[in-house]
Amino acid sequence: MKEFALIFRLDNQTDFRPTPEQIQERMNWLASIAAQNKLADKGNTLSNESAKTVYADNVVTDGPFTEIKEFVSGYVIVRTETIDEAVELAKANPIFKIGGNIEVREIVQRK
Amino acid sequence: MAENPEILPGLFRREYTKMTAVLCRHFGLKHIEIAEDIVSETFLKASETWPLQGTPENPTAWLYTVAKNKTKDYLKHTRIFETQVSPALLRGPGQSEPAFDFAPETIADSQLAMIFAVCNPANSPESQISLALQILCGFSIAEIADAFLSKPEAIKKRLLRARTNLRNDQFQIGPLLPTEVQARLDVVLRTLYLLFNEGYFSKSGNVLIRRDLCAEAMRLTHMLAENPLTNSRQVEALLALMCYQSSRFEARLNDHGHTVLFEAQDQRMWDRELIDRGHYYLVNACSGNAVSKYHIEAGIAYWHTTPAGTPKWEHILHLYNQLIIIEYSATTALNRTFALAKVHGHEAGLAEAQKLGLENNTYYHSLLGYLYSPISTKQAADHYRRAIDLSKSPAEIRTLECEYTRLTGVTP
Repeated sequence: MKEFALIFRLDNQTDFRPTPEQIQERMNWLASIAAQNKLADKGNTLSNESAKTVYADNVVTDGPFTEIKEFVSGYVIVRTETIDEAVELAKANPIFKIGGNIEVREIVQRK
Repeated sequence: MAENPEILPGLFRREYTKMTAVLCRHFGLKHIEIAEDIVSETFLKASETWPLQGTPENPTAWLYTVAKNKTKDYLKHTRIFETQVSPALLRGPGQSEPAFDFAPETIADSQLAMIFAVCNPANSPESQISLALQILCGFSIAEIADAFLSKPEAIKKRLLRARTNLRNDQFQIGPLLPTEVQARLDVVLRTLYLLFNEGYFSKSGNVLIRRDLCAEAMRLTHMLAENPLTNSRQVEALLALMCYQSSRFEARLNDHGHTVLFEAQDQRMWDRELIDRGHYYLVNACSGNAVSKYHIEAGIAYWHTTPAGTPKWEHILHLYNQLIIIEYSATTALNRTFALAKVHGHEAGLAEAQKLGLENNTYYHSLLGYLYSPISTKQAADHYRRAIDLSKSPAEIRTLECEYTRLTGVTP
């Protein structure tokens, strides 16, 4: 079994607040992965408000890194045989309805 | 372990475990067999004397006095007191009276410590439960074997290994230390939870044993809740769960020990008093920020106590979602799928069930049988058939056969 990080990215909408329905839908998605015993870590949400970006030479800016007009909103770690299986799990996530996307990356254990 | 079921079996079970715990406090767990022998001999004497002279007015006091005297005799006649018993016991020189009593506080402390001693992480959960049943609940090997649907020899072997670990543990029976509580409370709760489930969902058709298992698990959890040192939000949540589940115990089993499915239960048979106690403990458990799996399971059990017609399945699904994220188990995954089908329909439930990959699980096939029922009788019957073939429990097989017959009109 391998582990994959599903990294959620949203457009830079600082005022985004999920509705109870959206929260519920996301919960169903996560639980469905857990029910298949493929959830390695339920991950966390990364705050969009309490965020700073640190650059070289002590330059610090407010907010998350947004060079690409997107910010990472959170992550989940799944446990599957292949990356394709992890991609299938990601496809069912409701983030696509609000213009987000998901990056799937295999976790390589540091020796 | 000698047994005297003919003399007041309730008294035997209650006092056997109390006296063993108190005596272990003095001999140490290393010599638990000595403690058990003294207690067994005490009961043997009772079984010989009481039928002739009549049951004493205060049987418990009689037992304690005899056990005390037997202990004194034992110490007099062996050198173990000087050589092997923990030096901590040798308080004053020339001490001939064993410095112990059966005061309620001593009993409570010793029993509580015994729970923590039995739940030694070195033992597997199954061994812990067997040991708990024997040492904390006074069950015989035959009764434990019946509860687990195993052979007595297998249980004997399991207990032998578990008792070796118990003896080699440095655990002291006596007032518990906060560090001990901290280190073992999770394991203790898990054991009590499994003990209760063993009774509630047992494969055994023996209703009396099942009821005893649940009652004993509740009694021990109560002990934890009553002591400020061991009580916690989790303990209260577990107790709430047990109260809610027990409230349906009678309604869940018919006269033949068959399981009555939730929807077919006569709700008038639910025990209101236990439901109210469940509410009490759940409210207490929730007056903090702690959310454990016991909180969530108690929440689910709470919704099951609400009358038919309450829109509850969305809440239950939500709670199962939380539960499965905290901890995976096949049962939780299947129960969640059932709740999902209740909210989103059988088709959605089927789609979700097929992702689970639990082909060798009895409940998986009975769930698919249920989900297919309104869609395809043939598919449903096939899955009930598989469930019957996979099941090892006679009681469960009977319940599944009823479903099969109801569906197809023929006996499987």
